[in-house]
Amino acid sequence: MTDSPLLEARELTKSFPGVRALKGVNLTLQRGEVLAVIGENGAGKSTLMKILAGVQTPDAGEILIEGQATRIASVHEALSRGIALIHQELNLADNLDVAANIFLGREKFRFGLIDKARHREEARPLLAAVGLKVEPTVQVDTLSIGQQQLVEIAKALSVKARILIMDEPTSSLSSHESENLFQVIRDLRSRGVSIVYISHRLGEVCALADRVTVLRDGANAGDLSRSEITHGAMVKLMVGRDLSQFYPHESHAPGAVALEVEGLRTRAHPTHPLDFKVHSGEIVGVAGLIGAGRTELLETLFGVTPACGGVLRVAGKTVAPSSPLEAIAAGLALVPEDRKAQGVVLEMAVQDNLSLASLRRDQRHGLIDFRRAAEIGREMITNLKIKTPDGRQPVQFLSGGNQQKVVLGKWLALRPRILLLDEPTRGIDIGAKQEIYRLMEDLAAKGVAILFVSSEMEEILGMSDRALVMHEGRITGELGRSELTEESVMHLATGTQLSAA
Amino acid sequence: MQLRKILGITVLLIVICVLTALASDSFLSSYNVENLIRRTALFGIISIGVAFVIVTGGIDLSVGSVICLVGCGLPWLLTVHHWSLPAALLAVAAVSVGLGLLHGLIITKLRVQPFIVTLCGLLLYRGIARGFTDDQTVGFGTEYKGFRELATGQIPLPFIHGFTLPAPCIFLVVVAVVAAIFLNCTIYGRYLLALGRSEQAARYSGINTERMTILAYVISSTLAGFGGVLFVLDVNSAQPVDFGNFYELYAIAAAVLGGCSLRGGEGTILGAIIGTALMQVLRNMINLTTKHHNMEFAIIGAVILIGVIADELMKRYATQRRAARALSAETKAP
Repeated sequence: MTDSPLLEARELTKSFPGVRALKGVNLTLQRGEVLAVIGENGAGKSTLMKILAGVQTPDAGEILIEGQATRIASVHEALSRGIALIHQELNLADNLDVAANIFLGREKFRFGLIDKARHREEARPLLAAVGLKVEPTVQVDTLSIGQQQLVEIAKALSVKARILIMDEPTSSLSSHESENLFQVIRDLRSRGVSIVYISHRLGEVCALADRVTVLRDGANAGDLSRSEITHGAMVKLMVGRDLSQFYPHESHAPGAVALEVEGLRTRAHPTHPLDFKVHSGEIVGVAGLIGAGRTELLETLFGVTPACGGVLRVAGKTVAPSSPLEAIAAGLALVPEDRKAQGVVLEMAVQDNLSLASLRRDQRHGLIDFRRAAEIGREMITNLKIKTPDGRQPVQFLSGGNQQKVVLGKWLALRPRILLLDEPTRGIDIGAKQEIYRLMEDLAAKGVAILFVSSEMEEILGMSDRALVMHEGRITGELGRSELTEESVMHLATGTQLSAA
Repeated sequence: MQLRKILGITVLLIVICVLTALASDSFLSSYNVENLIRRTALFGIISIGVAFVIVTGGIDLSVGSVICLVGCGLPWLLTVHHWSLPAALLAVAAVSVGLGLLHGLIITKLRVQPFIVTLCGLLLYRGIARGFTDDQTVGFGTEYKGFRELATGQIPLPFIHGFTLPAPCIFLVVVAVVAAIFLNCTIYGRYLLALGRSEQAARYSGINTERMTILAYVISSTLAGFGGVLFVLDVNSAQPVDFGNFYELYAIAAAVLGGCSLRGGEGTILGAIIGTALMQVLRNMINLTTKHHNMEFAIIGAVILIGVIADELMKRYATQRRAARALSAETKAP
């Protein structure tokens, strides 16, 4: 009985419309260990975690807890078996106080009323266990993101969780807050709690994990034991080959200045003027943590939100786009961060999505040029290898990678001079990912200036001719190809000085 | 998908027509058929207007009150204030367009929900009409006979005796053809459909979604105003208290029956017209074959509910099948 692992998943499979997210995944978790689950976006990590936490049910496969086959049909059942998931986006009622959040849904009563005194009393040791030095009566929205995360962990401990699943817990934390969290995780481990830790940050994994399970394309790519955990070994398993072969990057001789930004101030960070240039034929990456103001920068350039000040020059000509329409006229295109809400019209046909941006150019006195629109559809489906039964298929039934190609195709029909990409490969499988990289390369070779935002270190390192790093609304540094390393980017992204390292 | 929907509702329309004809001799009388066609044409025009708003994912509850305002305002200007016919027509047209513009501007610029804006319109415009008429019935009396022919006129058909085509039919056909071309063949129609599905994605694609939304409300109000003129010409006089009462609900129900989704992005002009016809035939059937005239609303409500539920179930089934097909196509592909 004690020989069997605490948690074991066998041959889990799960499909969604258009995607096979998991194709027979195995996972074991021992008592008191920190297991890191890593993989590229779209590898199936989140789906696997949601199944373990009862958010979703698998199509096939089984889950064993201490050797016993167990069905986890709901979050409630998962919790009752000691499994708690801490989402990437926190799920707290921020208008309530800390104690109320910890006991939300499991309130203690006295004379039929909520027993707040008891909540406070019982919250204190839990907060101490996660090293959070605030009063239980503090309202949650006054806490920092890092502190709120500790409240979530305290909440998980209050249901006596034995297995804590953390989905990218440091994605919006400062480096100091991250360090604090790692200490809490180590404390929990020493108290016998098992932790499944999902992260993109390989440095963290090296520092924290007892074992690593790597997923690739919805299947197991391999496991690494403590002594085998190195940066190179993880990357190799994640991408299935050496990094240098995965990113088709070649450095190009940059041409004339295509985009020049001088003192641009965005609505989100109006006190921080931004200055940079992008040359035609150049691929410039924008790195930084979530909330660094990268998406806001792209949306300001594209006219989604008007700038508060500053000058924007496209090929030497000053423009001030106050709407995407004006930005498009100036030769810009944006592949937005939220593909399903902003990139494509999900229920509309592939060919109608592809021609949506170019309808205006091709119109005949307001009438749609149906022949031209159909041509664009066919051309893009062939050129970008969009996998679809035909052009009339609604985009929602395509996989993420093919949806992203539709967004790209929509813009390529307009032949933009400057292509802005916001997390271009988020949530798409590895094959499509590489196709998108190739496309970026081809476009750069044809003289398109590319500015792309990515939270994936590998992508920034692999694809950029040059990288801008942002921290809290400022550009904290600019790194040439030869200066680009994970360390140099992280230091600038977290706002710590290079010299302090 | 949309074709199948139109086919489905057409079959339903035919079935109800056949059943009513079997149950009542007077259903197929030329008087009854002419009347049915006239009412379908009048209501069809306002349903088309509302369909444009529904396609954008919005709603226009003010239609009935715009009809009341215009329907009372036109005879009031003509007979009480003795305006000339062109001046009075220009005035009601300006009011109709202006109200749509107002709705559109409040909805897009101030971001107030369409439901609230047009609900306030519903209360406001009827109230105004009751105010300036002093709640008194207004009408043309025995004047403007020639002008009223626009709504009451009958067009004899060659080779067919004993049956004439009601004049509003012509207007419906013209409005429908223009509307269908606009929705399906112009870039603006495509923009309306796109923004109804996803306002954000449309905006990020370089579509001026605010201007398009305003346009939809202008179309709805304008056609409501046009309908209001025809309605009052048809019946000769209007009582401000109940003229056009509930017409917005008839129009919305007809558009939804005809395949417009209140979630936006979906709908056809032909569907809205057939939906209108179905509503009118249902009303006619209740009046001719039952003694429960008071049950009219209940029966219509039930039929619409059943229709919408059936549609939703069909859609789910089709989505599942399509997803399965897409998945197998993708796994087969290299």
